Amino acid sequence: MHELSIANSILEAAQAEAARRPGARLRKVGVRIGELAGVDPDALSFCFDALVSGTELAPLALEIETRPRRQLCPACGRRFRVVDFNVVCPDCGAAETRCVSGDELEMVYLELDET
Amino acid sequence: MSRVPLEKKVLTENDRLAAELRAHFSEQGILCLNLISSPGAGKTTLLERTLEGFPKAERVAVLTGDIQTDNDARRLMRFGFPVRQITTAGACHLDARMVERALSEWRLDELELLFIENVGNLVCPASYDLGEAAKIVVLSVTEGEDKPLKYPAIFFRAELLVLSKTDLLPHVPFNTANARDNALRIHPGLEILEVSAMTGAGLEGWRRWLEERRRAARRTPTVRLEPR
Repeated sequence: MHELSIANSILEAAQAEAARRPGARLRKVGVRIGELAGVDPDALSFCFDALVSGTELAPLALEIETRPRRQLCPACGRRFRVVDFNVVCPDCGAAETRCVSGDELEMVYLELDET
Repeated sequence: MSRVPLEKKVLTENDRLAAELRAHFSEQGILCLNLISSPGAGKTTLLERTLEGFPKAERVAVLTGDIQTDNDARRLMRFGFPVRQITTAGACHLDARMVERALSEWRLDELELLFIENVGNLVCPASYDLGEAAKIVVLSVTEGEDKPLKYPAIFFRAELLVLSKTDLLPHVPFNTANARDNALRIHPGLEILEVSAMTGAGLEGWRRWLEERRRAARRTPTVRLEPR
């Protein structure tokens, strides 16, 4: 249950960014979470809403984009999505492939009302 | 309504502090290792055996994290090396600020090896960089062989998997080959050691691994390549 600390970090980062734009009001925060990040999207949404509700930040929405794990095969250059933990290259059968995405825990965008 | 693109990590503040810690460790030639496992997998016992085997003059220290009690610190202090308990009072993981605060009373130039024993939890500690050179995940043979598949984040980020309590293998249905296979599916090439802190089996391999990493840490140049 570290989703509460993560939700708090998202809010702090979003507020810091919004503070650089005087008069702007935060409406929505977009984040990207990979399946290897160890963060549960439902729990994160729940915590984020709990932190925002009843404060001057409300209403503020959180949009979560989830990312599957993708591997790159250095032998044949194929990029592929990992299904059922299988990291073997589906084209050439190479077992040694490299993870290129899926562990993201990133802020992607903010939506602001600027007055 | 305007949309501002914002490509940055969520845990930027933690990552910034962790990068500072990592730079300190590197400058001082300190090898910092972050031990992570579920509760009861044997982190503290592995550290007890490790400290016990060191000569008195060894420049080693331990930070140990728990939600409550200083029981682990008291267990580890018996060996005469500096040990500090970090009590998180509810938090399920250590973060870089807690480590920085705990280290502030120590002289880092007197250290060569720092173990951080994280809060027993296979999920949350995986997300928080503490400035360590490597994360080590400990999985005991009384747990399920499918833990790497259930908790992929930590097995993906760790550089070493220690399979602990191997003395219990005759009494439990744990299939070591399956566990290894699962870990390697999440993290191809992951180093794996099998250890029993009770009988001492496999501890030699663990000590060799530590020694190799320490040699590498001492060799690391202290010159900063990236602009500050």
